[in-house]
Amino acid sequence: MTCDEAEVLLHALIDDELDAGHAREVEAHVAGCARCAAQLRAYRTLRQGLQGQGLSFAAPASLRDRIERSLPKPAAMTGRRSVLKGFVVGSIVSAAAAASVSFVILRQDRDSRILNEAISAHLRSLQADHLTDVLSSDRHTVKPWFNGRIDLSPPVIDLTAQGFTLIGGRLDYIDGKPAATIVYRRRVHVINLFVMQGLGPILPAPKFEMVQGFNILRWTDHGLNLLAVSDLARDELEEFGVKFQAATRAASAS
Amino acid sequence: MVAFEGEGDRAKAQRFRAAVLPCLDDVYTLARYLLRNPDDAEDAAQECYLRAFRHFETFRGGPIKPWLLAILRNVCRAEFARRGALAAVQTEGMDETAQACDSLWGDSAQSPEAETLRRLDSASVQRLIAQLPDNFREALVLREINNLSYREIGDVLGVPVGTVMSRLARARALLRAAWLAEEGSAS
Repeated sequence: MTCDEAEVLLHALIDDELDAGHAREVEAHVAGCARCAAQLRAYRTLRQGLQGQGLSFAAPASLRDRIERSLPKPAAMTGRRSVLKGFVVGSIVSAAAAASVSFVILRQDRDSRILNEAISAHLRSLQADHLTDVLSSDRHTVKPWFNGRIDLSPPVIDLTAQGFTLIGGRLDYIDGKPAATIVYRRRVHVINLFVMQGLGPILPAPKFEMVQGFNILRWTDHGLNLLAVSDLARDELEEFGVKFQAATRAASAS
Repeated sequence: MVAFEGEGDRAKAQRFRAAVLPCLDDVYTLARYLLRNPDDAEDAAQECYLRAFRHFETFRGGPIKPWLLAILRNVCRAEFARRGALAAVQTEGMDETAQACDSLWGDSAQSPEAETLRRLDSASVQRLIAQLPDNFREALVLREINNLSYREIGDVLGVPVGTVMSRLARARALLRAAWLAEEGSAS
């Protein structure tokens, strides 16, 4: 290694960016070259001098406020629960910032807990880079993946032709029970379809609701509870429900 | 339909807040160093957040800070373009400073006592960094203050990792020379 090479690479050494092989080469050169050794020490000193300083600038509170105000507000709520719901939304935001979403459950009934946990799982799937455990657009790959992992057989339907791309599957826990999650994408929007057993009301026809700003569609099919969560617009989520049900019926009839 | 699009926006805003607002100090800091002016830095940071929100769908996971800082850098470059002639004059001045630093570094490299640096207060160090030429200043700030890896810096600047490394080497050489010169003038 020449001094010219070492002169640049010693910065990568200081920054801990070199693989073991290159790090050894630079160290070997530095051990035998007084000039480069002096440079390495000098830049280590400089780096320490910089690290010890408060060189960041804190954003003014007024700037933070202006940015906050320019974003769409959380859904306006009415009724006596509005304050509590607002609090739930706030806690999602701050908790998510700490990279772990935990919910304050204010409505203790089981159904709202299921909804909350489904949204929590949805948010986690978007934030933690853990959208799928099995990544495949082939339902013959996704469906068998659930075998042995969960004691229900989720309907895995390929709706790509209908505009909803199957991207994979995942295992979640909703209300302490395993749920098979099938993940679809519509343009840039992710739909998490949770398939559970004995969780939630019996709903032969899809029921739409909006919880904490997320659109949710739920229905029951062959004793399974299906719950789709997405930030997709209502009409498109309902279209997803209709097409999914039609495809399931077609699959069981054939 | 329009109303439901609105609901989608709110959900999006919620995810956006959680992911992106914690990076505001980093964004503002880089803006301060790139634009060298608190008011312009605030405007740039706000514009960066507006653009980031508009294009949040294009964010494909991974660390969000480099994505955001790349947007900020584009905003700042647009601001430079707007400043036009004024910026050109400033950059010229910076190049001369850089050359002056260069010859200084040539001398000081020989002296062993130059391995130590006298402590300067934060404001002085900030000023020295602000005087570095654009290419070197942004690489140095992204590494030393925003704490990005070489690969992330490469993504923000749109250059290969090798270029990041050589700019950083040069930036540190210039900064160190300026630091020593500052010591010399102070004593």
